[in-house]
Amino acid sequence: MKKTPVAAIVAVAALALLPLVLADNYFLHLLILFLIWVIIGSSWNIMAGYTGQVSFGHAAFFGTGAYTAGLFVMHGGFSAWWGMAFGGVAAMLLGLPFGAICFPLRGAYFALASLALNLILMHLATIAERFTGGMQGIMIMPTFVSKVPYYYITLGMAVATLVVVQSIIRSKWGYYFVSIREDQDAAESLGIDTNRYKNVSLAVSAFFTGTAGALYMNYMGFIDPHVVFSLHDYSVMAILVAIVGGVGTIYGPAVGAFIMVGLQELFRSGFFGLFKYLGDRTGSETFTQVMEVVQHAHVLVFGILVVVVILFLPNGIVGDWGKIRKSVFGSKPAA
Amino acid sequence: MAYFKVENLVKYFGGLAAVNGVSFEVQKGEIFGIIGPNGCGKTTTFNMISGVFPPTSGKVIYQGREIQGMKSHKICHLGVGRTFQVVKPLGRMSVLDNVTAAAFSRVNTIREAKEVAEKTIAFCGLAPVKDVLAKALPIAGRKRLEITRAMATQPDLLLLDETAAGLNPTELLEAIELIRKIRGNGTTVIIIEHIMHLIMTLSDRIHAINFGQSVAEGTPEEVAANPQVIEAYLGKDYA
Repeated sequence: MKKTPVAAIVAVAALALLPLVLADNYFLHLLILFLIWVIIGSSWNIMAGYTGQVSFGHAAFFGTGAYTAGLFVMHGGFSAWWGMAFGGVAAMLLGLPFGAICFPLRGAYFALASLALNLILMHLATIAERFTGGMQGIMIMPTFVSKVPYYYITLGMAVATLVVVQSIIRSKWGYYFVSIREDQDAAESLGIDTNRYKNVSLAVSAFFTGTAGALYMNYMGFIDPHVVFSLHDYSVMAILVAIVGGVGTIYGPAVGAFIMVGLQELFRSGFFGLFKYLGDRTGSETFTQVMEVVQHAHVLVFGILVVVVILFLPNGIVGDWGKIRKSVFGSKPAA
Repeated sequence: MAYFKVENLVKYFGGLAAVNGVSFEVQKGEIFGIIGPNGCGKTTTFNMISGVFPPTSGKVIYQGREIQGMKSHKICHLGVGRTFQVVKPLGRMSVLDNVTAAAFSRVNTIREAKEVAEKTIAFCGLAPVKDVLAKALPIAGRKRLEITRAMATQPDLLLLDETAAGLNPTELLEAIELIRKIRGNGTTVIIIEHIMHLIMTLSDRIHAINFGQSVAEGTPEEVAANPQVIEAYLGKDYA
């Protein structure tokens, strides 16, 4: 099998050195978000991209991890960092009975069940006020003032996730996952316990997503049910990250995370303040109005982007890289 | 004790009896043919043997052990391999990866699995296309991939479901040769086939099914001369 591509090693090295030259909080924050999305996207990809069990509800695992960390502080008075150890485990414990019940469902039915799981947890976290704080959410004191420690922790976890994903995909498990995706009945006939391996992929996926959730709690210091169990901010975004980057490719979700976090920020900030700047300079009301529209348009742009990617690059940017190179650089043969 | 036998297999889908009393015994090392008109329950019988679904009633006994109702993957681990009539290639995997995935049923490391896969691919004559994506293979290649994949699970008993349908005469001869080689290897083969040339040439014994019931059994010559078989294929006038 292929070795780890040089580009990935260079990217990790560059990211590791970056805070030494660029200690700007704003960029560090964006990079931390990007890295968290690398973790979530790669986790979603293990289960949906490789094993073919599409989840519409990954926020369930993300939120479970985040709440595990938050509840450690709220009830035990422990450090929220304990959540990093147990958030993933808690998400996995949620995933296993869910998988046992729902994996006999195939295709769209399983996806709908995962959507239901997401909504059930959101409501549970809202209703169980005494235990979770309900709509008020959980607020904790951040451990570090500087963003640099968070940055390195997230970077370490993102790299660890990718390394684990890569080694799983290149092992027996990886072959089994892809076989199940390609044809479940054929996989069964080849001696693959399809139910068991679907659960294995769910457990791995839930674990890393949950850990990302715990990390989010530590970093952001505040969660509430509608933030961490959010359907469009997490469940759908996880799908977009993987689709844009490349479903069923190891580095696809990392590339997708970079693009999606970048795009989201581009629109949220009104093209990094361009409209505000133009508005201030010209004194024209129009720019301010345009900015407001742009700020709300990011969901629309995500939608258009996904349609374009599915139409022209069905395997995502990483999966169709050969095709992109060909059309951008002309006749050069694809590697 | 018979090496393999099915006893009075019955399968109802709702009110329809797809299989209604099929019994036969297979000796170790033979090629056992199953024939019958379309829709008579041959593939349904295979599906019950290989655990795709359990029989409504009846027994499947393999090496003295009742295996009816077990899951497919367990039956595969016991040493019963199968191919599908409607081929099921793992499309977006290369031929080598398809076979490697199957080889993992007996070994655990990538290195061993690839070794088994390479050997099986060479044995079945797919070496020239081993890096091709399975979905890019023509039908003859896909049929052969089905056999290769099943062989990579190192079966003791191999169920072949119409692996020769849709092949041209040259490919047919190659298929016959391959099945002979597989038997020569010590694998027992049960084969469903409509192509009379293939099944008459290969089979040591043939079992005929009609309307879900066993109607005849014997050497190819005996079965070909059996009035009930002639009636099933050609109608009462010829029987």
